[in-house]
Amino acid sequence: MNKTYNQKAWFFVVPVFVLVAFNAVVPLMTVVNYSFQETFGSNVFAWEGTRWFKQILHSERFHASLGRQFIFTFIILLIQLPLGIGIALTMPKKGWGVPVCLILMSMPLLIPWNVVGAMWNIFALPDIGFLGNSLNSLGFDYNFTQQSGDAWFTTILMDVWHWTSLVVLLSYAGLNSIQPAYYQAAEIDGASRWDIFRYIELPKMKKVLTLAILLRFMDSFMIYTEPFVLTGGGPGNATNFLSLDLVKMALGQFDLGPAAAMSLIYFLIVLLICWVFYSLMMKNEGRT
Amino acid sequence: MKKIKWVVPTFYIIFLMLPIYWLLNMSFKSTTEIINVYSLWPQDFTLDNYRTIFTDSTWYMGYVNSIMYTVFNTILSVSAALPAAYAFSRYKFLGDKHLFFWLLTNRMAPPAVFALPFFQFYSSVNLFDTHIAIALSHCLFNIPLAVWILEGFMSAVPKELDETAYVDGYSFPKFFFKIFIPTIAAGIGITMFFCFMFSWVELLLAKTLTATIAKPIAAIMTRTSSTSGYELGLLAAAGSLTIIPGAVVIYFVRNYIAKGFAMGRV
Repeated sequence: MNKTYNQKAWFFVVPVFVLVAFNAVVPLMTVVNYSFQETFGSNVFAWEGTRWFKQILHSERFHASLGRQFIFTFIILLIQLPLGIGIALTMPKKGWGVPVCLILMSMPLLIPWNVVGAMWNIFALPDIGFLGNSLNSLGFDYNFTQQSGDAWFTTILMDVWHWTSLVVLLSYAGLNSIQPAYYQAAEIDGASRWDIFRYIELPKMKKVLTLAILLRFMDSFMIYTEPFVLTGGGPGNATNFLSLDLVKMALGQFDLGPAAAMSLIYFLIVLLICWVFYSLMMKNEGRT
Repeated sequence: MKKIKWVVPTFYIIFLMLPIYWLLNMSFKSTTEIINVYSLWPQDFTLDNYRTIFTDSTWYMGYVNSIMYTVFNTILSVSAALPAAYAFSRYKFLGDKHLFFWLLTNRMAPPAVFALPFFQFYSSVNLFDTHIAIALSHCLFNIPLAVWILEGFMSAVPKELDETAYVDGYSFPKFFFKIFIPTIAAGIGITMFFCFMFSWVELLLAKTLTATIAKPIAAIMTRTSSTSGYELGLLAAAGSLTIIPGAVVIYFVRNYIAKGFAMGRV
């Protein structure tokens, strides 16, 4: 759409700007402030320069939780995207099945995150949970509170349960926006099912899939509440993701300086990845 | 082929429903039964857990608090985002692209980063432990999302609609409220759904910003489970009840989800 230049449009943006700036600027500056100082309690601060940043960037603990975070997010995207697209492709397109599917599939999205964690905790407990009990009676030695492999399995399964529906909803919307004429043309050309998917459905879903990837990347990279309730980061440090580690450092040990430095590094990583991904997608958009 | 197609969504839905069923199952058992007997349905059906929640004001006020700040945040986010999204979809202005990206970066900020500064900030402006504080803090991630979604819907509306209205002698406010808003009603529905959803499920900020008066139900659950020796039955009942508001909201927007999604950017 051709937009017209109009500086008065700023007036429309002011409420949003004020509300978000109120929340973003002061707290963010507080974090920046802490990250360069040492605190001795009761508002006594000393300038520390970049010491905390160096300390965090060289700390084994940060490397470990960052590594865990990347592996987790990678696995999540690898499972949820194909699964979500697959389910969206097989969902009914009309009739009573549509609202039933949509309502039931949206359910996990609207459950408070700590309830999701608590629910999966109860569900997966080796003795009284359905999942744990079934796996154990099938002969698997399953205990997510003690074995790190099982803890990972449970956390990933929980996230798949929780968020795959978002990918499904978005892909389904993308699929619905394809006009029937495309399918008719494909039929005349004798295209196979795979061809239809590869050359019609996938390009048409590009926009919604970009959004899905961005949202899933951001949210799985920031995951806190669910693993906090489910495993508490354990056993040991097995599922101690970045957010969990950060909150432990800031509120548990009250190491404000290092925690603030870590916050900023964390935020910059998310920002950088999103920016690179977003500009790559937009660049392709311009070419085709 | 047609019949095989049903298998995938059906299995997926069964997988989604299993943990929810397990939670419901637990909520109708007493805590002693949960710990001692493993059964697929309640052997000794009881409503005691629910009775406790509905008679104890510390419990049921949690639901009231959660619903209050969620509704307040949804109204605030959508009404602030409406004019902004209109500006982004119709006009070019100084710094528009940067502003849009800056808004989105706030959606990317991990809440864990902001938890402690938020606590200090809202304490210093005397808003700590109020519903307004949570509603305002949730604007951080809901407003960018609302602007993003609404902008998609508004861009799909041809600009000729605006111009025709002006030719017909409509003033801007009259056009905006009488013509434009009804046109994108589906988009507003979807946006409200997303704002409600993200505000309802968020816990970290809501928990950090409250002590007693405005404490959300989700935070009350974590407190009770740790102090009174893990009341599993009660926890399950409280958890089950948190599903209801979400289910109600989905029921109302069910027609918009499919239609609205297809129309807009989301």
